[in-house]
Parts: sequence; structure tokens; C-alpha cells
Amino acid sequence: MNADTPHDSPPGITITGVTHRYGAVTAVNDVTLSLPAGTTIGLVGPDGVGKSTLLGLIAGVRRLQSGKVMVLGADMGSRRAREAFLPRVAFMPQGLGRNLYPTLSVWENIDFFARLFGMDARARDARIHRLLDATGLAPFPDRAAGHLSGGMKQKVSLCCALVHDPDLLILDEPTTGVDPLSRQQFWTLVDQLRRERPSMTVIVSTAYMEEAERFSWLVAMDDGKVLISDRTHRVLERTNTTSLEAAYISLLPEGKRQQASGFVIPPYANPGGPPAIEAEHLTRRFGSFTAVSDVSFTISRGEIFGFLGSNGCGKSTTMKMLTGLLDVTSGTARLFGEQITAGDMKTRMRIGYMSQAFSLYEELTVRQNLMLQARLYRIPAAQAAQRVEQALDSFELRNCADVSPAALPLGIRQRLQLAAACINNPEILILDEPTSGVDPAARDMFWRHLIRLSRTDHVTIFVSTHFMNEAARCDRISLMHRGHVLAVGTPAELVKRRAAPDLEAAFIAYLEDAEGAMDTAQAAPAAKPASRGRAWWQDMATRWEMRLGRLGGAWLPRAWAFARREAVELLRDRLRLMFALVGPLILLVVAASSISFDVEGVGFTVSDHDRTTISRELIDSFRGSAYFHELPPVTDADALDRTIRNGRAQMALDIPAGFARDMEAGRRPEVGVIIDGAVPFLAANVRAYVTGVLAGYAATLGREMPQGVTVPINVEPRFAYNQEFRSIYAMTPGVIMLALILIPSMLTALGVVREKEVGSIVNLYASPASVGQYLMGKQAPYAALATISYAMLVIVAVVVMGVPLKGSLLALSIGGVLFVLSATGLGLLISTFVGSQVAAIFGTSIICLIPAVNFSGLLYPASTLTGLSRIVGLGFPAAWYQIISLGCFTKGLGLGSFWRIYLALGGFASVYMLAARLLLKKQEA
Amino acid sequence: MMRWLVNVGLLCGKELRSLVHDRVLLGLIVFAFSAGVLLVASGVKVEVSNATIAFMDEDNTTLSRRMRDAVLPPYFKPPVMVDRAEALRGMDEGDYIFVVDIPPRFEADILAGRTPAVQIRVDATAMTQAGLGTAYLNEIMLGAVSDVLHTPALAQQVPFSVQSRIRFNPNNESKWFTSVMQIVTNITILSIVLVGAAVIREREHGTLEHLLVMPVTASEIAIAKIVTNGLVIFVGAMLSLWLVVHVWLGVPLAGSVTLFAACALLYLFSATALGIMLATVAPTMPQFGLLVVPVYAVAYLLSGAATPVESMPAAMQVVVRFLPTTQFVNLSQAILYRGAGLDAIMLPLLTVSLTGIVFLMCALARFRSMLARQE
Repeated sequence: MNADTPHDSPPGITITGVTHRYGAVTAVNDVTLSLPAGTTIGLVGPDGVGKSTLLGLIAGVRRLQSGKVMVLGADMGSRRAREAFLPRVAFMPQGLGRNLYPTLSVWENIDFFARLFGMDARARDARIHRLLDATGLAPFPDRAAGHLSGGMKQKVSLCCALVHDPDLLILDEPTTGVDPLSRQQFWTLVDQLRRERPSMTVIVSTAYMEEAERFSWLVAMDDGKVLISDRTHRVLERTNTTSLEAAYISLLPEGKRQQASGFVIPPYANPGGPPAIEAEHLTRRFGSFTAVSDVSFTISRGEIFGFLGSNGCGKSTTMKMLTGLLDVTSGTARLFGEQITAGDMKTRMRIGYMSQAFSLYEELTVRQNLMLQARLYRIPAAQAAQRVEQALDSFELRNCADVSPAALPLGIRQRLQLAAACINNPEILILDEPTSGVDPAARDMFWRHLIRLSRTDHVTIFVSTHFMNEAARCDRISLMHRGHVLAVGTPAELVKRRAAPDLEAAFIAYLEDAEGAMDTAQAAPAAKPASRGRAWWQDMATRWEMRLGRLGGAWLPRAWAFARREAVELLRDRLRLMFALVGPLILLVVAASSISFDVEGVGFTVSDHDRTTISRELIDSFRGSAYFHELPPVTDADALDRTIRNGRAQMALDIPAGFARDMEAGRRPEVGVIIDGAVPFLAANVRAYVTGVLAGYAATLGREMPQGVTVPINVEPRFAYNQEFRSIYAMTPGVIMLALILIPSMLTALGVVREKEVGSIVNLYASPASVGQYLMGKQAPYAALATISYAMLVIVAVVVMGVPLKGSLLALSIGGVLFVLSATGLGLLISTFVGSQVAAIFGTSIICLIPAVNFSGLLYPASTLTGLSRIVGLGFPAAWYQIISLGCFTKGLGLGSFWRIYLALGGFASVYMLAARLLLKKQEA
Repeated sequence: MMRWLVNVGLLCGKELRSLVHDRVLLGLIVFAFSAGVLLVASGVKVEVSNATIAFMDEDNTTLSRRMRDAVLPPYFKPPVMVDRAEALRGMDEGDYIFVVDIPPRFEADILAGRTPAVQIRVDATAMTQAGLGTAYLNEIMLGAVSDVLHTPALAQQVPFSVQSRIRFNPNNESKWFTSVMQIVTNITILSIVLVGAAVIREREHGTLEHLLVMPVTASEIAIAKIVTNGLVIFVGAMLSLWLVVHVWLGVPLAGSVTLFAACALLYLFSATALGIMLATVAPTMPQFGLLVVPVYAVAYLLSGAATPVESMPAAMQVVVRFLPTTQFVNLSQAILYRGAGLDAIMLPLLTVSLTGIVFLMCALARFRSMLARQE
């Protein structure tokens, strides 16, 4: 912190001529920058100026497009140098707990990161304990990350970042959306950790100017360019200002300078009428968890009512109950004096709502989103277009009107959401943290709107926020904590009540009181000792890990880290486990017991124009056959045709008049047979049966008729492998094959694409782990689950369905495991090239179902395929496994017969994984 | 009511844009309806075709060679000559479905007036080929022997003649059947997956919640999804039926295409409603993915598109009568091949519509509770 100039300190960060574009948008424009090592560096600027992109480039998670980035002596443009450098850097991405795994506990999350960086069990244990102690998370190691408040999530994220003792810590807006107390604790923590390790360089981007003052170096950005980069105190000197906020504004180009604060709020005057919002003893429970407990407040018309509290304290739940999205467990909520009911359209017309997370369509442009919103609020088309244009101007969205919100930074997206919420001129605006992640200038613009709406149009505004200066602008505020309201009043009242210097201090005082009371109550049960079974399991796991470590150096432990995490997530998702295991069994039982090729009881009808004993004997021979089933006879040819056309009969006999007479006279009368050809398989069988029955009939005739029938040879069929010719024996091995390709591939198909959608893929980008390790880790738990599924299928087939396993179980199982590896590998491959989860599900379905059903020997033997379909069949693992499955179950084959097939299946598994490895990039674009 | 229609219209526009946005998905849909259908139609033979056959000829006379030569495509591949060991290995590995064993002194025995036996070993696990193939081989063997001995063929010895006609598909061509059935299968999978996943996607992105705060009802959202995705699939299916099946593969469409289109729309409604219902059961996308697989796989296998419904066990035949997919396959066959009219398909049509309504009711009933659960 005391180094004088960048030149004296060890090599820091040098950025030369870096430009980064996303399509047509230039995020970083020819930036050249030199930063010292071993200091704290603040990166400030409004939303969308390129802060995150720049940090991503420094951390090596984004691919460098042009220019040069040297970080602590490593060239980020060179793959080798970057990979060697990654263990020294820690990157915490934007968004609350975005890189955490919600179903994993605090401890498990941190432990995963420690494993990724190759720390051994003892080092991990010690380090995590220290970090948890330092962050005050020690009482909650077993709490799931998804159930933490925003502040706590950020602390866990910080622990994850710091677990491997990095030389460079990069934090992208770590305190955005975090309550003041947690924010204060967060910075104290960072300072403390830096004191322990002064050589660590810390880069933080933030939209809070007041926070930037604690960093010793400051970089201000605007529009992809660096405005200034210097020691913080020198920045103030150079701009001749006293606060960074003022300094920043003075650095902006002439046209952009707008007075940040300093607007006047006219005093609130109640316009009369019933209160806009009334909540009485509102309570909401989710299972055993009480999210909101006995909350009451009244908001008058035109009032701005602020809602403060940490994330997860029940603010959002309360707001959702007021919008009618959630039902109330007990208590009442009234809008304009009327109780809220779920389907009440009239009330909905009067409300504008903005949810905390971005909830507009990323597939639509900004303008299309606004238009949809306006039209759904029943504004006529012409007027709606006008409103949208107005909104684009007043919320400064015009220059991104035709861009998808996905390409916009957080702050601008929030602005878009507010514009959307206001588009119907609502009487009540319910805004759930509308300004979180929004830069100061834009926040002021927001508030100017809100104040105008409240004071001029008497719109009631119910807003939750983390910003103290925003809270101070509210007419009244309510402080919520863990489902309870701690205090309600005007900002001035609350400050006075706590005798605090300002609102922030007053709140921290309130929170600390509540927190103290809660902690003592909650700490005890959370620290329960691990059960004996769990201890044994952990002991086993540790021993195995050590063995793995000895085997593969650092490679296997990293893959194991991914696999372990994936496995824990999978085990927690009971529904998914159940679907994965029960689905194949249902498929097996239903399909194997109902699919059959035994054609029996074919409906036939007769048009007998002869009506003699002879013709009746002919009909009798069909009646006597199990293959046929007689339907009422018809009289004429038209009726015959109709019966076939309507599908009532599949076969019709037409016996001509004079049949018996002609036959006796040796004139060979013609028997007409009409067969329904809609289903070719049936038609072919029916034709064969008809031939058979008629031949039998002819043989009986031979005794009476002039010509005898002589057969010179006997053709004796011997049905091998399935003497009883039972479909279930033939189908079961095939259905097992089908279940083992369809479901295991679906298990992994969402793996990668989902992480991309959720954002946790950044952990791969930022860690020293390779794509290969990542994919291995993603595959292993699912391959294991699918192997269990395989075992269950075989057991059910043999024990429940009574299908004998004639061959070697070992041979079958080796094939099963290899097949499952191919299927999960195929799923991963699909996952890496599709763009959405929807495409992943559909793609996997169609890519697996078509060849598995048609070209793999399930219904039609693979040996009969020719041409392209043979190539498709051979190019798909299912056809190969089918040989093993059928061979072991029905033909009694053993290991010796399958070496070639094992090799092929192993080949499929490797090729799929290799292709996935090549398709998945280690950096973002 | 007017308002309802306007909202559905607006939401449809949005759905369409979302769908068009995902290029990989569109590519997959086009693939399924074009190459997917072509591949299955040209590759799959549902009756005996190209069956593999081997001969163990221990007689090796003119007669036995003639019997071998009588085995011809397209029913059978050219026979392979094997010894006993190779015959066993080949059948074990699935290389041969049939092995014909002509015993020594076969010709001599016939000439001596004895009736020797030809043994045909059949791989009975190849269910589609075994039964019929044996019957065909029987005919072929007898025919070849009569031919060599200059005795009249069996059919000529019978005191009557048989004029058998296969209606609707005179040459019994598999592709007439498989091409249309593949379209039906595509419709089923696409309807369930596209619509269901679209619901879950909206829930995971929070947009569904946002819509429900606005003056928009759950039924409007659900119907918009059904209409848009249904129409896209409908257009794909009809184009596929016309261009791929009719023009490219040359399959004649006997019945009224308009009637088929109307039925397809009803079926799309039923299947997409099922998709929404499944989406309200599975909270996340990975769960949904796993839930739909057995659903569409079972629906497909029981539909009659894979194996004839008539061959299923009696109890199962009753059960499948209530499945919309089975009924749609049933009425597709009736309309497109047999040219059946509305009167013949009333019952399947009713089943398809009713199941659709039940699915949609269940889905709407669960819509709001599904939002509450995600907390």
C-alpha cells in the first residue's frame, strides 16, 4: 500500500491497446493501463462502461481479442502462461452468489474450490476453518448456500475466492445488492485478510463511489475508455474535488456531466381517500420455514414507502403477496381497501411490479419487451407505440432499443425493467430492489421519476432498497429482518430513536441487536457433530482421495473435485434421482410386456356367394385358426370394401358363386382375398397366414377331390434362442438397451448448457482445472447412477419379469458399463454444442431415439440394414450394445464373443468425450 | 373474451420470437422432419427384407444348389455358404437370422420317393423376421424342389386359385408406413418437449411470474404456448408430409389431407397440453428432461407406430385405447391409407380431444401452486 509508483513495485498489471467487442458493441476501447501490484485498486464507473469485461480479461476468463494483458508477469494471451498463472488468481463474478452451488452447503462450496486448486485434506480443513471464523460463518457450515441471505452469499463467495491464497483477488461488484451491515462486514473482512497478506493485489469494481474511497488506487472508466488511473488521493488532487463522486463527474466529457444529486423532494401531502396498501398480520410459510411473520403496515396514496433489510429477510415474499403472486398463509392484505384475490384483473391493472431478478424476455429486444408489456396492459396499439417511444427517451434506453437485454449490463437492464413497470401508468408501483447494481447517475434518474410519479400523479410507491441515500428519500421506511419488521417510521424518526449520526448507523444498530439475539438462538443447533455414518464415509473418501492423488498427481483430484460436487448436487435432488432410476424401470416393464409381434385374432369377414357345404368348410378352416377371428359376414362387394376401409376387419374373403361346382369340375374357381395394407407388417403376416390356412384346407380336400396334393420334402423350422417364440424374451434385452441410451444421455445433456445459463461455468474458466477434468467430473457421477440403473434393470428383468439370463453376467455388465459411458459421453457432447436447455432436451431425444429404435436391432435386426441406415446404425453405440444384451440374455454367450464390441463401445465413449473436450472452450468470448 | 384473444395473440407473437431466436433448436426441428423422416423411411423395413441367410449344404447336388439360388432379394440377402461351426458363430453374433441345413443324400432321397427334411434354424429373437421369413423359405424351398422335379408347384395342385389383393399399399412397401409414423413420432416428442420446456424456461427466468402480475391469466399463457408451438410443429409436419413423404418418397396419400390436418391440430393440442402438465410436475429443467423420456418413449412404443396394437396383450389393448398417441396413429392410418371418412374416426377423435382437455385442466390447476413452490 505504500509503494510510490508502479515502477518501484513488483510487476503489476499492464494492459496495452486492449479492445474488446461483442458483435457490434465495443465494450473496451483501446485501453492502455498500468496498475501496481500489492495494493487495492478500485475500478469505478457507471454500468456498461466495460468494467466487468476488463476484469474478465485480467482474470483470464475472457478470451483476449486484441492488445496485450500482462498480469503479475504472465502474458494472458498465451495459453501456457495463463494456465500457469491461474492458480495465483481468484475471481469472484458479478451477481449474488452466482458462482455458488445453491444446494451445496457453505462448507461444501468452499471445499469444492479448495479441491479445484489441488489442496490436500489437511490444508483444506485448516484453511476453511480459518476463513469461516474470519467471516463469521463458522456457525453455519452446513447451511445450503441457496438459503443464505445476499450478504452471507457474498461472504461465502469471498471465502471460495480466497481459499487457495491467491496473489491477485478480483472482485466484480461484490457488494451490489447487499445490505449495509453485511457490506460493512465484507470490507472489514477484506481489509483484515489483506493485513494478513500485504502482498496480495486486490482489484474491485464498484458502483458505490463512497466505497471506492477505501482503495489506494483508483481507475475510473467511461464508455470503454479509462478516464483516470492514479492513487486515490492524487485523483482528488488532480480534479480539485473533495469526494470521488464529484471527481468522477468532473472527469466526464462535457456533455455527460449532469448534477448527480441535489434534487428537491417536495413534502408529502396525503391526497385523502382510503390507504393504497394495507397489510395486517401478514404471514407466509413455506413448509416449516416462516418467510414472513406477522407483518403489518399501511401505505397512504402517493406515499413513497421504503422497505429495507438483508436479502432473504422476507421483503420479496411480502411484495409477492401484495401482487397476488403468492397466497397468504394468514393475515390480510388489501389494495385500495379491497382484499387481494388471485385472479383479480382489475387490481392488476392498477399495479406496476418489478421483480428483483431480471424478468423480461432476453429473446426480445428492448423495444419489443416494452411493447409487449404495454399491450398486455391493454393499451391500444397506436397509443402503446407512443408510450414506448416516450419510455425509451425518459429512461435513456433509445440507443439500445433494438438490442436484446441479454447483451446489456445489469444497470441498464434494471432501467428497462423500471420503464416496463411504469408503462401502464400504474397507481401502485411495487419495486423489488430496482436500483441494485445500478450506477449512481442512473439511480438518481430513477428517483427523479419516482418522485415525479408520487408527487404529481399520486402514485403510491412501495420500494425495497439497500442504498441509504435512497432510503432517506422515502417518506417512511420499514426495516425487516428474518421475516419480522424491526422498525417503521420516517427516516428522521428512526435516526432519532437510535440516537445515531445517520440512517446507516441507525440501521446497523437495529440489525446488530437483532443479529445478536438470533445468533445465540441459532448457533447451538447448527454446530451439531457429524453423525458416525458420515464420519466413516468422510474417512473412506479421504483415504480414496489420497490414493487417487498418488496415482494421477494433480490431474485426478481435480476431476474428482468436479465429480464430487456433481454427485452431491445429484444426491440432494431426490426428484431427479427418482426419475433417473424409476423411469427406465417403467419403460422396461411397460414396453417389454406389451410389445409383441405375435399376430393373432386378425378380424376377417366373408362374402360367401356360394353358400354350399364346401364353401362353409373353407370358412370353417379360417374359424378354426387361432390367427383369425370371424366378424359378421357381409353380402356384397361394397360392404366388403367398406368394412376394410373403416378398419373393422383386416382381411376379407370373397367366395364366388358356384365355387363348389367349379372346383368339382376342375375349373379352378378363384377365391378373392382382400387384406388391409395400412400396416405392412400386419399385411405380410396375414397374407402368409391365409396361404397357410388355404394350404391346409386344400390338403383336406385332396381326399375327396380329383387331384391330390403331394409334398416331396418336409421343411422343419427350429427356433433357436427363443423356442417358445415369446416376444418378451426377445424384447427385454432390447428395451434395456433403449432405456440405457435414452435416460443416461439425458442425465448429462443439460450439464454444460445449464451451467452456461446459470453462470457457474465461470468457476471452470477461472480455475486451473482443464476442460477434460471438468467433463470427466461431469460424467462420472451420472455414469455411476446409470450403472446402478443398469443393475436394477437386469434384476427386474430376471427376477420380476422372469426373463432368463442365459449367458455371462460379467460379459453383460462390462458391456453395460461401457455403453453407459458412451451414452453419458454423448449427452455431454450434445450439451456442449446446443445453445439452450430446450434444444438440449429435444436434440438428445431425437438423436438417440431414431437410431436406437430403428437402426440398432430393437425391432428390426441390424444385420438386415443396408446403405445409409447401416452406417447410421454402426455409427451409434446402441447397435453394438444390443448384440451384447441379446447375446447374453438369449444366446448364452460369454466374454469371449465380445472383445471387438467392447472395443467399439470404448471407442464411442472416448470419441464423444474428446469431441466435447474440443468443442468446449476454456474462456468466454 | 375479446381481451382474452388479444392477449393470447400478443403472447403468441412473443413465443414465436423466442422460438425463432434459438437457431440450434430450429435446425433440430428441420432435421427431425426432413432427414429424420427420410432416414427412417428409407432404412427401415418392417417386414422380411434383406434377411441374412446361410446355407449348410451337405448334399451339394444340382437340387441343393437350385434351392440355394432360389433365395432371392429383396426378401433375403444372397445366401452365404457356411460349415457347422461358422453357422453357430454367425447366429450367435447376429450375422445370420436363418441357417438352412440340407442333409447329405437329400436329392437321392427325393428321387427314391422318400420325403427328406430340410432343417431351417431360425434366430427367434429377430421377431419381425423369424415367423414370416420361415413361411417364405418354406414356399421357396418347395417351389425349388417342384421346379427341379418338374412337378407342378403346390399352388397349381390346389383345386382352386387365390387372388389376393393388399389394399391401400399393393406392394406392401414399408416406407409408406414408416415415413408417416416417423412424422407422428416427431410431433409427439416435439409437442411435449417444446411446450413443457418453454414453461420451465419461463419459470426459471422469472418471466412467468412477471406475466402473472400483469392482467394476464394462466389460461392465456398456456394457450399461447400451445397455439404457437403447436402451429410451428404443425407447419413442419404438414410440409414434411407433403414434400418429404409425398413428393420425395412418392407415397400416395389416399385420404383427405384436410381431414388429417384437422386431426393433427387436435392431437397437437392434446400433446402440448400434456407437455405443460408435465412441466408443472417437474420443477427444474434437468428433472423435466428425465421425466419426458419415459413418457414419450412409452407413448411411442404403445402407439402402434412401432409394433401393431393388435399384437399387444388383450389388457394392454384396452389401456392403449385411452392414449392420445395411439388414437392419433390409429386415425392417421385410417385417413391417410384407407381413406376413411369422419364417421370411421369419431371415437379416436373424441379420445384425443378429451385427453387434451384433461391434461390442460390439470396443468392450469397446478400453475399457481407451481410458482409458490419454487421459493
